[in-house]
Amino acid sequence: MTAWSSTQIWLAIILIGVATYSIRLSFIYFFGRIDEVPERVQHVLRYVPAAVLAALVVPAVVTIEPTVSETVLDDRVIAATIAAIVAWKTEDVFWTIGIGMGALWAIRFGPGLVGI
Amino acid sequence: MSIRERLHPDLLAGIKAAGPLVLGILPFALVAGITAVGAGMTIGEAVGMSIIVFAGASQLAAIDLIGSNAPLAVVVGTAVVINVRMLMYSASIAPYFQAFSVRVRSVLAYVLTDQAYAMSIAEYTQNESRSRLWYYFGIGFTLWVVWQLGTIAGAVAGAGVPDSLALDFALPLVFLALLVPAMKDRGTTTAGVVGGAVALIVVAVGVPLNLDLPIAAVTGILAGVVVDATAGGVR
Repeated sequence: MTAWSSTQIWLAIILIGVATYSIRLSFIYFFGRIDEVPERVQHVLRYVPAAVLAALVVPAVVTIEPTVSETVLDDRVIAATIAAIVAWKTEDVFWTIGIGMGALWAIRFGPGLVGI
Repeated sequence: MSIRERLHPDLLAGIKAAGPLVLGILPFALVAGITAVGAGMTIGEAVGMSIIVFAGASQLAAIDLIGSNAPLAVVVGTAVVINVRMLMYSASIAPYFQAFSVRVRSVLAYVLTDQAYAMSIAEYTQNESRSRLWYYFGIGFTLWVVWQLGTIAGAVAGAGVPDSLALDFALPLVFLALLVPAMKDRGTTTAGVVGGAVALIVVAVGVPLNLDLPIAAVTGILAGVVVDATAGGVR
């Protein structure tokens, strides 16, 4: 749960919105005066999605425990590994969320449901 | 004349082309609504974000960081970094829009997304006679409507879901679904692996000012650049 105030949240939304809209409008607005993104910038932009997404995913899934087996045999880690395989095979957001959530619930609630 | 006949045929073609994309963005929009409410935002703030920002991955990252009480600069900076890729879309599609007035172009820019860009560019290069304006707007507007409705539905439903279902886990799953295809060659794979590993280490060590994400992302990007540069040098 966030400790942010409503004002802070709206400020963040507006700042992100203005910046994102400026990025979208940039070349569409200024076409003719600047024609393309410099090649060096484009080159660096290639790596942004993979690096940022991985930096978001890994800490959200993995919690470091004292031993390797405790770290790896966590319900979130197992479910995310299954989901990663689904993402790789299908490249589909819908299936990745569906099977990933299903796997997490099966690990958490499955044993209880079958009476173990 | 029926409404259908009065609308530009290429607007309808665009709406139709957006159909299959809807299945892909709807779960995304639901997650944006559910996790925003789960992170402590109101339904109004969740929907406001979808209307004002209208860029999925950056919204989810911002929600995630707001939920973990990151500083404002980190939240805004991360979201902007995720959206910088749209510079390339803007540059690439700009020549097709140059005939339109500034007012029209301002609206077209607002609905610029990965999907609207990719579909329209493909269509423009294959079909010369297609209306640049209406085809693109048909896709962009359809995705916009689905995004807003999905966010509202997610935010309303999310408020009533018990915590034990761990719906917040849908957030890393969405990122994962985007991450796997983004790691398409040696450089981008290195960027992902290093970015993820450094993020884990940095979180475990604990750095001040919630700079975990920027540190991990920049290290990952640099690793990708270096790996590709050295591979090129050897050749």
